Amino acid sequence: MTTSAVRPTGERVAPPRPAWPDATGHFGVFGGRFVPEALIAALDELTEAYEAMRVDPAFLAEFAALQRDYTGRPSPITEVPRFAEHAGGARVLLKREDLNHTGSHKINNVLGQALLTKRIGKSRVIAETGAGQHGVATATAAALMGLSCTIYMGEEDTRRQALNVARMRLLGAEVIPVTTGSRTLKDAINEAFRDWVTNVEATNYVFGTVAGPHPFPAMVRDFQRVIGDEARAQVLERLGRLPDAVLACVGGGSNAIGIFTAFVPDDGVRLVGLEAGGDGVGTGRHAASITGGTPGVLHGARSYLLQDDNGQTVESHSISAGLDYPGVGPEHSYLHDIGRAEYRPVTDSEAMEAFALLCRTEGIIPAIETAHALAGAMMVGRELGARGDGGRGEDPPVLLVNLSGRGDKDVETASRWFGLGDREHVDPGAGLDEDQRPTEGAVTSGDAVPGQAAGEQA
Amino acid sequence: MSLLADRIATARGEGRAALIAYLPVGYPDVDTSIDAMVAAVGGGADAVEIGVPYSDPGIDGPVIQQAVDVAVRAGVGMRDVLRAVEAVAAAGAVPVVMSYWNPIERYGVERFAADLAAAGGAGAITPDLIPDEAAPWLSASDEHDLDRVFLVAPSSTDARLASTTAASRGFVYAASTMGVTGTRATVSDAAAKLVARTRAAAPDLAVCVGLGVSDAAQAAEVAGFADGVIVGTAYVRQLLDGHGRAGVRALSAQLAEGVRGSVPA
Repeated sequence: MTTSAVRPTGERVAPPRPAWPDATGHFGVFGGRFVPEALIAALDELTEAYEAMRVDPAFLAEFAALQRDYTGRPSPITEVPRFAEHAGGARVLLKREDLNHTGSHKINNVLGQALLTKRIGKSRVIAETGAGQHGVATATAAALMGLSCTIYMGEEDTRRQALNVARMRLLGAEVIPVTTGSRTLKDAINEAFRDWVTNVEATNYVFGTVAGPHPFPAMVRDFQRVIGDEARAQVLERLGRLPDAVLACVGGGSNAIGIFTAFVPDDGVRLVGLEAGGDGVGTGRHAASITGGTPGVLHGARSYLLQDDNGQTVESHSISAGLDYPGVGPEHSYLHDIGRAEYRPVTDSEAMEAFALLCRTEGIIPAIETAHALAGAMMVGRELGARGDGGRGEDPPVLLVNLSGRGDKDVETASRWFGLGDREHVDPGAGLDEDQRPTEGAVTSGDAVPGQAAGEQA
Repeated sequence: MSLLADRIATARGEGRAALIAYLPVGYPDVDTSIDAMVAAVGGGADAVEIGVPYSDPGIDGPVIQQAVDVAVRAGVGMRDVLRAVEAVAAAGAVPVVMSYWNPIERYGVERFAADLAAAGGAGAITPDLIPDEAAPWLSASDEHDLDRVFLVAPSSTDARLASTTAASRGFVYAASTMGVTGTRATVSDAAAKLVARTRAAAPDLAVCVGLGVSDAAQAAEVAGFADGVIVGTAYVRQLLDGHGRAGVRALSAQLAEGVRGSVPA
């Protein structure tokens, strides 16, 4: 395994900003603003302030300094040959957003939006969160910049992601469990919008993904595109060529847009978004909005979404709280419809297989969200390997995967999935590696010694 | 021709504001909800804002959410809504549908307009659709001679008041306060100010006030400066609290006094 020697990218010319959305936030037929009139003034204010800020050298310098000194950018790329053995002979490179401060790509966006909040003179931020990563990142930025912070999180998710709830509270944020509807991310967004419309004078909504009304999809993309801008240069520098495919998981789709954007003009590079297939798209229990949904309006924008014949949003299902969302960002819907990106479902089981594989072949515990992208790499790598194409001449194909977050928050979910026990049933055993031979004297399930008692026996 | 504008003008001719009652279709079930709408008309409502159930009602507070959630889970859809429209029209009031945009888009904008007109509906109030995004609805409502009621808010700029009222027909819905639906102790000062600004932008368009108006005293206050008074949560509360048709009718009767400027003891 090798890790890139990261160095400043120097004179690199900034890659072009996509021609979309239009001035009113439309990506083809998608996007726009489907919100109550009461919010239009705030969205206009945000758009105007953002347009001024994004070309302001003082902001760009401050943002760049924060990304370098606080987040730890640029994040490295890591080649994972032992994992790649399971991906049809492709070379697999990971863009290590898990190594960012707070453990995921979410920090890229919130630092930008927190600076914007200060610029427009507001003192309070609110945010929605699913897995808790965006909530943690927002709470972090709020602590850093002295902003008051309220996070809305579905009650169901506060249970699934208890660790992140504790982190947000430690960081000084107020966490409000949302008990309406399906009690997940979709309902947390509804509550955050209700808070915003009521308190908009002093409050800014720090939206966590590339969905929602204009300007959020474009603004969040701009803050996240650093992932792909860095990765494109890093892969070129490392391999002297572009990857054959770039893969990322897609819930709302911010990490995917983040890594895709720099590659959109590179026609030869496949862009593959992996949606949460849950129990399988055929079962109806999934969160694959593009694969299994239809265009409609949800949370302020037109995009693909899971809905029934009456236009009611259908509850999504995924083992991953961060992908458990029945909508998707409008730019993904657009990239899908123009054929520039492809979107494929990954089931819970496929994701967890990839999760386990990366843990024991490379020593990296990914977020379960991210594991969907890893499963996609295994799938695409095997397809390319079977077809014998995708590479250039003798070279094997190269897959670039956005490792969007680390898996600490998912340890309990994963332990339960793999039958490794949970807090109530500590049962030390051989772990996930079937090749692991029992070591003499190792603690096995038969004679486990609880930590507190170990001293007495010694 | 505008059914809503005509009815509001009639009320004005009687020296009062119009009373518009909101109830969602399907709480506690479709038939009972339609009976309640008819009862609201019997008590004196000039128009009924017929709510289309929606899974993600972004500007509704907890009371309306609770009722609508039941209807969503029961699978209540546009067919039931159209039945309510016919019933309200038959009861002698003006039916106007209130719907978040996705149920209409899913049903088909043109189909919705045609079916609504055929059922005797005046038009639709669309709380999360701004005129800027409404091109298909503007043309469908023109074609079928339907009213389209957009919202203005205290935060609306003068330019947006002008463009929103220009796109509206029947009346324009003035959201009295920044926030979601629900009862409030007092009508915010912002309401009168917003109505005055809206009238300055569109002198010929009726302005009706909603959000936070729940009793006769508040209705009387709003009637002092607006063309119509919209009450929602207080009606839904009658059903949630089990007062049924009688409760709805009694509330309408009180509010009808209110919009005439008198407050029953």
